[in-house]
Formats: sequence, structure tokens, C-alpha cells
Amino acid sequence: MELLIKNGFVYDPINGVNGEKMDIAIKDGKIVEKVNERRAKKIDASGMIVMPGGIDIHSHIAGGKVNAGRLLRPEDHFKDVEPKTAVTRSGVGYSIPSTFTTGYRYARMGWTTVMDPAMPPLEAKHTHEELSDTPIIDKASYPLLGDWWFMLEYLRDGKIEECARHVAWMIKATKGYAIKLVNPGGLEAWGFGRNVESIDDQVPYFGITPREIIRGLCKVNKLLHLPHTIHVHTNNLGKPGNYITALETMRCVEDLADDGKPVIHITHCQFSAFKGDDWRTFESGAEEIANYVNVHSHVTLDMGQVIFTDTTTMTADGPFQYTLYTLSGNKWTNHDVETETSAGIVPFHYKRKSYVHATQWSIGLELALLIKDPWKILMTTDHPNGGPFIAYPRIIAWLMSRKAREATLKKINPKARSRSLLPSIDRELDFYEIAIVTRAGQAKALGLKHKGHLGVGADADIAIYNFNPETMDPSKKYRAVRRAFKRATYTIKGGQVVVKDGEVLKHVDGVTMWVNIQLCEPCEIEVNENLRRRFKEYWTVEFENYPVSEDYLAVSHPIPVKADV
Amino acid sequence: MMVNLYPLKEFRLPVVAECINPDIFHGKSLKEIEALEAWEGNKKKRLGDLFKVEVENTGSDQEATVIKINGDVSRVRRIGASMKSGEIIVKGDAGMHLGEEMRGGKITVYGNVLGWAGSMMKGGTIEVHGNTGDYLGAPYRGSTEGMKGGKIIVHGNVGREAGAHMKKGIIKIYGCAGQFVGFRMKGGTIYVQKDCEARAGACMVDGTIIIGGRIESVMPTFTIEGLRKKVKVEEGEVIEAPFYLFIGDLTENGRGRLFVAKEPNPHLSHYEKFL
Repeated sequence: MELLIKNGFVYDPINGVNGEKMDIAIKDGKIVEKVNERRAKKIDASGMIVMPGGIDIHSHIAGGKVNAGRLLRPEDHFKDVEPKTAVTRSGVGYSIPSTFTTGYRYARMGWTTVMDPAMPPLEAKHTHEELSDTPIIDKASYPLLGDWWFMLEYLRDGKIEECARHVAWMIKATKGYAIKLVNPGGLEAWGFGRNVESIDDQVPYFGITPREIIRGLCKVNKLLHLPHTIHVHTNNLGKPGNYITALETMRCVEDLADDGKPVIHITHCQFSAFKGDDWRTFESGAEEIANYVNVHSHVTLDMGQVIFTDTTTMTADGPFQYTLYTLSGNKWTNHDVETETSAGIVPFHYKRKSYVHATQWSIGLELALLIKDPWKILMTTDHPNGGPFIAYPRIIAWLMSRKAREATLKKINPKARSRSLLPSIDRELDFYEIAIVTRAGQAKALGLKHKGHLGVGADADIAIYNFNPETMDPSKKYRAVRRAFKRATYTIKGGQVVVKDGEVLKHVDGVTMWVNIQLCEPCEIEVNENLRRRFKEYWTVEFENYPVSEDYLAVSHPIPVKADV
Repeated sequence: MMVNLYPLKEFRLPVVAECINPDIFHGKSLKEIEALEAWEGNKKKRLGDLFKVEVENTGSDQEATVIKINGDVSRVRRIGASMKSGEIIVKGDAGMHLGEEMRGGKITVYGNVLGWAGSMMKGGTIEVHGNTGDYLGAPYRGSTEGMKGGKIIVHGNVGREAGAHMKKGIIKIYGCAGQFVGFRMKGGTIYVQKDCEARAGACMVDGTIIIGGRIESVMPTFTIEGLRKKVKVEEGEVIEAPFYLFIGDLTENGRGRLFVAKEPNPHLSHYEKFL
């Protein structure tokens, strides 16, 4: 099938296209040089913005934790119901939508690729079941490896190469995409009711520090040539004064970077940019983090923007969720995954009138605006931790318009307002930069070669928004920006029109991407001997039942990678 | 303006009619009221298909609207949901979620009411002359946002979990109450004139529960604080009888107050030795 998108204002930062009027030709799900103009179906995009399909580097949309959140919160669902239509299935959910609703809502906004950032390896099958059930969008998942016993032991003994082989096996077994670290070392300590306070604290019974884990896995990542860097949720997350930990985490891998390429991704950085000694002296540490990031090139970040709404926080950081539960007094649940990781869930309401919540809102935007290079800071809400992903149009409006920020600033806690840096920041992102923080930058950070751009050969994932940048000023008409991004005029997934005027037209299956690591020499036997024995001792499942086979994925899309070990 | 509603038939399927609300009826003509949308089972209906509607105009538009429902509407849900002003009078039984998230005005029912009456209400008054079902004034399952204001008066008995998650306001029950009165209560007052089933005030953090009749037992996570000669329910309603005062729920570090009448509860007298 051939498709021609005519006359749109194209924003394609990877290819340096900044709002030029041009046509995009699509054939067989890929972008091509040109198509037969008479035969091709045409879409008239004149007066509209054409961008690559949106990419989300960090959004909790599947897995045991998300499902537990759904069970914990029936009240989250009963007011937000999606009726079935001729092509879509019914569903529920505001902050933790059901799988189908997730796919439709992302597609409606013009997003086509979403990464689930926390998959406990033991629950990989469940995660992939839910990912396979999520329609339209392409997806992948990061296995949680920072507190996995084998990893801790290999890294303690300094066996980086063995560790790399083990990680290669893990990524293959879980059909994962990148190495995820959550509160490295802290989760293992949480198994004993403790936590780690800094990146140089000892993990109980393992004789290793978070610094060694981060550095070790960073080296492993380089040996394996994974497309994405290590994906780090820092220690001390959500605690006042933790911007120091975040800075130390970035600093500790500084020497591992070569030729200016990123080696670490700090995720939902807003939650790691708190200054102050306690909640009363709590302040924004965005400036310090931004200053560091502005002069270093080995790190990428994402925002973790807070939205004022009722949401459900869920992370694999069990000790943090316990702290949050004691702070909020809300209901909660947590879960320790056999020797691998732990997670917790707490419903949470971010209030404008709360000093801490309003400051958190400010920190996210400060980070995005103070970091000069948009390729380094990507837009997320850490869905659903900072707020549900359906709030992206609002964040885009805040980033693009000073007026939009001021409108919200007027309504927040006065103390937070007077301390916020936002009134002093004049910067307003343009559509080119928005395309970077929501698409191109995300694709680049993830190492997705065929996504996030509209060059020849790229996947034909395209979003078209009804906003004319020639006649309208986004900084003044921020409400129109919000409206445009809320309902994409067209979303094209793999060359097929799936959304028109915000309505889902077609159900297509997205693919599940995973990294197929090819090692230099076969070494599986050595890994397996050790593994088999330990599985018998510690796991409730047999080793043979553990790996996710490829036919388990609805549409499998392995990405081959050659490793150095 | 006064609107009379007569059910046209005995409803067999659940009817969801949140349009029965004085704010929505206000200033509308008979035709417009009849055209309002309601659901019967999975079918969308007009209000006029389900009810015979009579409109009496009393002249001025300033006056609050009064809706009178004559007949059994026990299958009709969400009557008066989110209402802010005016009055609803039900002469018959009413269905679930009566006055859900109500903010003002008054609902009077001369009959029984099913579950979730006054659920999550924030203001106004609900008076029931019969019995009510479970979850009186309590939020939807799983939610922690309970009653935040207003007043509920029940002249009959109520079911379980009355006033769960309550934060503010008052619930007066002149009959008996089921289990878990004031479950996870955070504030406000619940008064039960007659008997009460077990686990009153479970997990309560703050607020007041007054039980005038017999209660099987007080939760072991409550501690006795003293004896009181009288208890004030609200302005102008004071009960002159000796009450045990318990504090709890200690598992939640709560400071809620549970008053239990001394006379009908001789089996609680062993607590007196701790005073």
C-alpha cells in the first residue's frame, strides 16, 4: 500500500528538517523516496504539523506491578470508562488503564512506541502477555538487573566478562531491551528491611556498593553493545537532598564515557532533584543538575514531570514506596520478587496547594528548560508516577508557552511559587525542540535506528497534528497546542492510518522489540550449570520454565547485536 | 417550580437516572424534562419513557426546584447525584447511589433506600424515614475519599460500613447499624441510637462514634479512656446517659473516639477496672 502525506510542516530533527513544507511518501510500512502519485492514497496535511510517531522511553504499562495497581484501585477505573466502538474494545482506567485502553490512548495522541521500564525477570512472561495485548504501539521492556543476586556476586568478584555473559543470557531469556537499575543495592537491602543511604553504602551480606553496581553494569552494557545505555533510577529517590546522590551517580561513570556518547540514562530525574534537609526545607535542585548536565555529554535524562491529579505511584523501589506510604497514609501493597527485585504501589494525589507537590511540578519543568540541549532531556511523566501519560499535551503546552506556565503558577502554593525558578525562565521550546524531546531524542537515546525520524527507510510511524505554526503562535495559543496534541488528526502506524481526528480507526498489532545478543563464543553451558543449581535452591519456578520463548510474543522483533565477549 | 414524577411501570432492569436532579430540572419545560437522557439496562431512554412528568410552575424562577417522585423507584440509581440545591422528595423506596456526591439541597425519602446513599457527599441533607442498605455515606469500593460534609438522618436501620472513610459531617441513625460502622473514619460524627453489630470504628483515625444501644464487643485495638455522663451529638442534641469512652484504632495510631452507652452493655463493665 502506498501513501502520500502532502504539504505538511515537517519536523524531523534527526534529519535536520525544521518545519519545511514537504511531502512524505510511504510504501509497505516504510518511508520511501517517492511513490506513484496517481495510485497512492493521499493525505492533505496542509496547515498541519507532521512529526514522527511519539516515543516514550519510560512508561509503566505492563507487568505484575501494573496489574497489582489495577487490582488495588477499583476507584481509579469506575469514573473513566471507554465504551466499545466498532473497532476498539471497551476498557477502563485513568492512571492505570487496561492494556487496550493504553494502546488506544497513546495512539490517539500520536504516540507509536512505548518502553515499559521495569520488568522483574521472574515476571517476564506476564509482562510480555500484557505487552502483546496492548494494541497499535510498538513496545519493549527493560529487565530489572541491579539487585539480582548473580549480578551482585559477579560484580563483587570483579568478573565483568562473566557478568556480561550472564546479562546476555538474561536479556535473551526475558526478551528484554536494556539494563534497568532501580535503587541499585537498595532493593536487596530492603529484603532485610533496610535501604542504602548513598552510593557508597554497603549492601548487606553482599559486600558491594551501589557505585560498584552502577559502574559494573555500565561496563557490561558497553561490552554487550546494547542499543540503549543503562537505565538508572537513582538511590535515595524521592528524598530531600537527593540531588547530591543523582550528581554522584552521573559522576561515577564519567570516566567510562568515550567519544562523548551517553553511557547512562537517569530516569524520572525530577524525583532525584530535591534539595533541602527535610520536607520543610525542601527545595528544587534542578539548577545544580542542569549545570552539571550542560557541561557533560555522557548522560541523558527524562523529566518525570508531575501533574496535579490523582494517580498511582508504582516503582520497583520497594523502600521508597514504603516511605511514601508512611507519608501519605494511603493504602499500599508491596512485593518482593525472589532474589531479583522488589516493588511497591501507593495511590497518590498531587495537590496544587501542597508546597512539596507544587515544587515537584516546578522541578520537572525547570530541568527541561534549564538543560540547554533538548537531546539530553526527554519528556515523560514516569507514567503513572508523576501523572498519567494522557497529560503529555499539557506538558507540551507548559514547555512551549511561558503564559501556560504562569497560568498554572498562579494557582499553586504561594511559598512554592515564590521559590520556583520558573518565573525567571523565559525559554519556550519550539516545535522542533518538542519533536526532539518527545520523539527524536527518545529514539536516539534508545538506539532505535528506524524510529523517531522520517528519513528514507524509517518505519512509517507518523503523527499529524492540526496546528498551523505559520499563522498561530504556540506561546500565546497554548490551549490550541494542547488540543492539537490531545487528538492527533492522523496517526499512522507502519504505513496504516490507525487514528483520524482522535478516533481509533483500525486495530493493528505493534511489535515487541528485544535485543538478540550474539556472543563471540558459546558459553551457555557454563552459565547454566551454576544457574540450574541456584534455581533449585532459591526460585519457585524450574529453570526450564523460566525463559520466555520467542513464540510467546505476539509479534516478535529481535534486534541483533554483536557483543565483545 | 415543582415537578412530579410517576414511574410508568414497575422497573425490572436497573435504571440509571442521574438527570433526576433539581439543578438540571430548574427552568426547563415539560418537554425538555421529558427529553432528558436515562439508561434502562443497556438501552438509552428518555426520562419521559420511564416516568410520567408533571410540571407545576409556582411562578418565580428564583425559587428552588422541588422534585416529587411518587412510587417505587428502588431500581433507579443515582437519583440526585451531585445536586447542589433544591429538594427531592421520594414517596416510596429509592435505589442505589441516592444523592451520590451531593453538595447541597435536601433529599427526603419516605421509604427504604438501597446501598451507597449519600456516597462521598459534601453538603446538604438526606433524610430517610425507612431503612438504608450498606455503605451509607461511604465511597465507592476501593476509594478512600469518604463523606466530606452534610448530614444524613436515618430513622430506620442501616446496613454495613455506614460512614466508611468519613472525614466531616454527621450521620444520625435512629435504628440499628450493621458491622464496621465508621470503618477507617477520619473525622465527623456517627450516632447510632440503638444496637450496633461488631467492629465499630475499625481502623478509625479520628472522629466520633456514639452507640446508644448494645454492642457485642469493642475491638481489642481500642483502649478505654473514661466514663462520660453525657454526650453531645450535635448542637441541640445531647444524650444524658453514662457512656464508656474508648480511643482508637491503635493499630493505625488513631485518636478516634468511640462512645458506648453503659447501661445496655453490662458485659463491657470489666473495662472499668482499667480506669
